[in-house]
Amino acid sequence: MKPWIARARQWLLGAMSIVAFLAVWEVLVRVLHVRPVTLPPPTAILGELAGEWHWYLDHALYTLLTTLGGFALSVVVGVALAMLLVGSRWFEHAVYPLIVALNSVPKVAIAPLFVIWLGTGSEPKIAIAFLIAVFAVIVDAVHGLRSVPQDVLDLGTVLKGSTLDFFFKVRLPCALPSILTGMKVAISLSLVGAIVGEFVASQRGLGYVILSAQGTFDTARVFAAVFMLAFLGIVLYGALAWAERRATPWRRVDR
Amino acid sequence: MNAAAIHADRVRKVYPGERALTALDGISLDIRPGEFVSILGPSGCGKSTFLRCVAGLEPVTEGTLSVDGRVVAGPPDHLGMVFQRDALLEWRTIERNILLPIEFAGKPIQAYRAAMAKLLKLSGLSDFGDRYPRELSGGMRQRAAICRALIDQPGLLLMDEPFGALDALTRDQMNVELQRIWLDTRNTVMFVTHGIAEAVFLADRVVVFSPRPGRIADIIEVDLPRPRRLAVRETARFGAYTGRIRDLFHEMGLINEEPAQAIEEPAP
Repeated sequence: MKPWIARARQWLLGAMSIVAFLAVWEVLVRVLHVRPVTLPPPTAILGELAGEWHWYLDHALYTLLTTLGGFALSVVVGVALAMLLVGSRWFEHAVYPLIVALNSVPKVAIAPLFVIWLGTGSEPKIAIAFLIAVFAVIVDAVHGLRSVPQDVLDLGTVLKGSTLDFFFKVRLPCALPSILTGMKVAISLSLVGAIVGEFVASQRGLGYVILSAQGTFDTARVFAAVFMLAFLGIVLYGALAWAERRATPWRRVDR
Repeated sequence: MNAAAIHADRVRKVYPGERALTALDGISLDIRPGEFVSILGPSGCGKSTFLRCVAGLEPVTEGTLSVDGRVVAGPPDHLGMVFQRDALLEWRTIERNILLPIEFAGKPIQAYRAAMAKLLKLSGLSDFGDRYPRELSGGMRQRAAICRALIDQPGLLLMDEPFGALDALTRDQMNVELQRIWLDTRNTVMFVTHGIAEAVFLADRVVVFSPRPGRIADIIEVDLPRPRRLAVRETARFGAYTGRIRDLFHEMGLINEEPAQAIEEPAP
């Protein structure tokens, strides 16, 4: 079977299960006469989305930009820190405990601090998204950079290449699959961070939509925003999975 | 001036620590330029350690070890190395893997295209230059690794149980092909293995190591005409060599078997 047919089938199957899930939801809500303020039927939610799609899209774009900002920052800083951690024993001993300590702090708990420091614009949201996502990148990148097999390390020594050559031609490509895995985790975490940031203080974004709709018990609107978020999450993850396949062509060749 | 390609004089290697381990003790050995030498011994006899010392990957504790007249301190120049697992880089095509030593040496890749094509042809990989390692079988991958070791025309080729991970049939095939390649290149080869037949089949001399600490138990000259065919292994002369080595292993207590007796029919 051609790979694109296999992938199309996979997509179709995934889409079908989502449709089935929504159908069961719709039927149950109607049969059991659940009040819309508790759980609106999917048709009502989609109707809400369709009625004001422009407004929702605007907020979704704001959240998307915040997410991407935090994600980009976490990848750049995370990979750079991982290189330093792997490259220098001294740096590792000095900084790794600090990173572990920072990571064990619940980032949500310190989100309000960022509002004090950075105000109520995009900056604190990007900072929170970054902080929540960066550790995933660091952990996976360090793991990847350390995963060079012993005989490949020996080969590098015997060939007497420069440190820079070895790093860019051997160590980094060797770590790439692992770094991409970390990036896939980081994109989802960035989205979480962006929403947390919007919960804390915001006039825009899907997090703000959810929080303000909750204040007026507009459950359909909450769900509409959640649907948008789910859609964003899928698209972002899918984009990274695609980038992963493009960046590591050697991993998808058929044996 | 020393004419030997590899000169080892009472080499001793100790891994320090609470329970210090003497891996090599009193290894004295000269390997001539262009000679194919098998280093044979059981697991843990220090044969791989000796190879790693020659490669400059580990320092010797005592004694002198020199390659081409220069005391080994770090990897010698003009060295090719083949590892047990091929150590190919998965993200590079076979061609780009083979050219890696050239890139690392900072030489122009284009000047080595012809040499690479010749090596690929010699090892039957001509149609696979643009494939990724993952697309090749274990034997083909190891052949590519040998091409990589040979691309920069090393004077010395070190092979550390290169066919240890392959099945018996592929291994036989690889022995034949390695011999053919070597007859063409004629560089000095140090071939570490624990296979008695393989060691004898390939080598001009077989150096037998005894375990813990690694010492040279015996050195056996293999006087069989080349190119050798696999069938040579069934001849009496070949059997005399392998028999002698098996006796050595027996004396070391590495092989234990019941005394020979008539085979009885099992009771029905």
